[in-house]
Amino acid sequence: MQDSVKPDGITPSQTVGPFFKYGMTPTGEYAWNDAFTNSTLTPDVSGDRVRIEGRVLDGDGAAMPDAMLEIWQADAQGRYADPQDKRALPNASFRGFARCGTDKDGNYSFDTIRPGVVPDPDGKPQAPHIVLAVFARGMLRHLYTRIYFSDEAGNAADPVLALVPADRRATLIAAREAGKAVYRLDLRLQGDDETVFFDV
Amino acid sequence: MTFIYPTDSNKAHPLPLSPEYKSSIKRAPNKPLIPMRHTLSELTGPVYGHETVREGDADLTTQHTGEPLGERIIVHGHVRDEDGRGVPNSLVEIWQANSCGRYVHVRDQHPAPLDPNFTGAGRTVSDAAGYYRFVTIKPGAYPWGNHHNAWRPAHIHLSVFGHSFVTRLVTQMYFPADPLFPFDPIFNSVPDETARARMVSSFDLENTQPEWALCYRFDIVLRGKNATPMETK
Repeated sequence: MQDSVKPDGITPSQTVGPFFKYGMTPTGEYAWNDAFTNSTLTPDVSGDRVRIEGRVLDGDGAAMPDAMLEIWQADAQGRYADPQDKRALPNASFRGFARCGTDKDGNYSFDTIRPGVVPDPDGKPQAPHIVLAVFARGMLRHLYTRIYFSDEAGNAADPVLALVPADRRATLIAAREAGKAVYRLDLRLQGDDETVFFDV
Repeated sequence: MTFIYPTDSNKAHPLPLSPEYKSSIKRAPNKPLIPMRHTLSELTGPVYGHETVREGDADLTTQHTGEPLGERIIVHGHVRDEDGRGVPNSLVEIWQANSCGRYVHVRDQHPAPLDPNFTGAGRTVSDAAGYYRFVTIKPGAYPWGNHHNAWRPAHIHLSVFGHSFVTRLVTQMYFPADPLFPFDPIFNSVPDETARARMVSSFDLENTQPEWALCYRFDIVLRGKNATPMETK
């Protein structure tokens, strides 16, 4: 067995390609089991259940039927299901992660709970948000963005939204559909309404 | 608890727009990425262990009633961070074409045969030392429509979580000395030659099993934390 040698750098990213579905998001269509679904919901989870949905669109505004999205979020109390988060976890089986492949019309959806407030490195509250990673054929490295909620007053003081030019913030804010616990956010990889992506 | 993952590490990655790879032209953002400090949301990440992996998921040659055709291989190595430390308990998922270069995906139209005994998907969890191991079939090269006579070098797709959402990595493992390397715009989207070399497995005679399977070693290196922890309130 080789001993640990300091590597000369990280392994570079490569595209997820067009053919990930049977391995990463088979959803019953292939002879393979799903490790993940598009839902974070568990029987014990507390908080407001919400659905987030939208489309993924390329530089021509065309639907991307071969994108894979992953979300990562805190529970309704603002706790991450990660041993690095030392705070108490009231939702014992909540994992906070979900994965979704887009359909032929570029649609995605996630069933989850509205996350709570998580502090920034200075201890300042961040508005409720979900971290989103976007993978697709043509994308040599995945992109990071965030999903905020249109009916959160805390958005105005959120330290990460504050980094974004005001005229681009709407690309990060999922719009609540009237009378429903459904939020809509389209992701645009290019164009005037290009989604804000973060360098993390 | 906050440690920072240096963003300098990301220089090893391809640039989003790599025009030789035609699909990147309409799918790479035109506007610059916005830098931000890592918060708890970026520094934590999904934790999935053995409960996610079924027995046999790491052996792609025994998922059906018969044995798949092709060259049986062992692919193993360590998930490490940039300081060389093993990354334990990290989910590793793989998917690949069969020995003829054909994926079971419905949209793969390459006129090469499917193998009823091969799906081409697997997963495992790295052990306490970061070690992982798969048994599979060596995938074939296959043509694609990027340019005239374009062929992808044989590769296995890998997806690794690491211990934070910013260590997430999806990549491709290649095989040593593939003659298609100079012509592949995806492989060459990584600008630095030494970084490209980190995507190529090495032949491992020591762990090749006599009368049974060749072995390839592939270490997966994820972003590491700064040596100095940054305390936050």
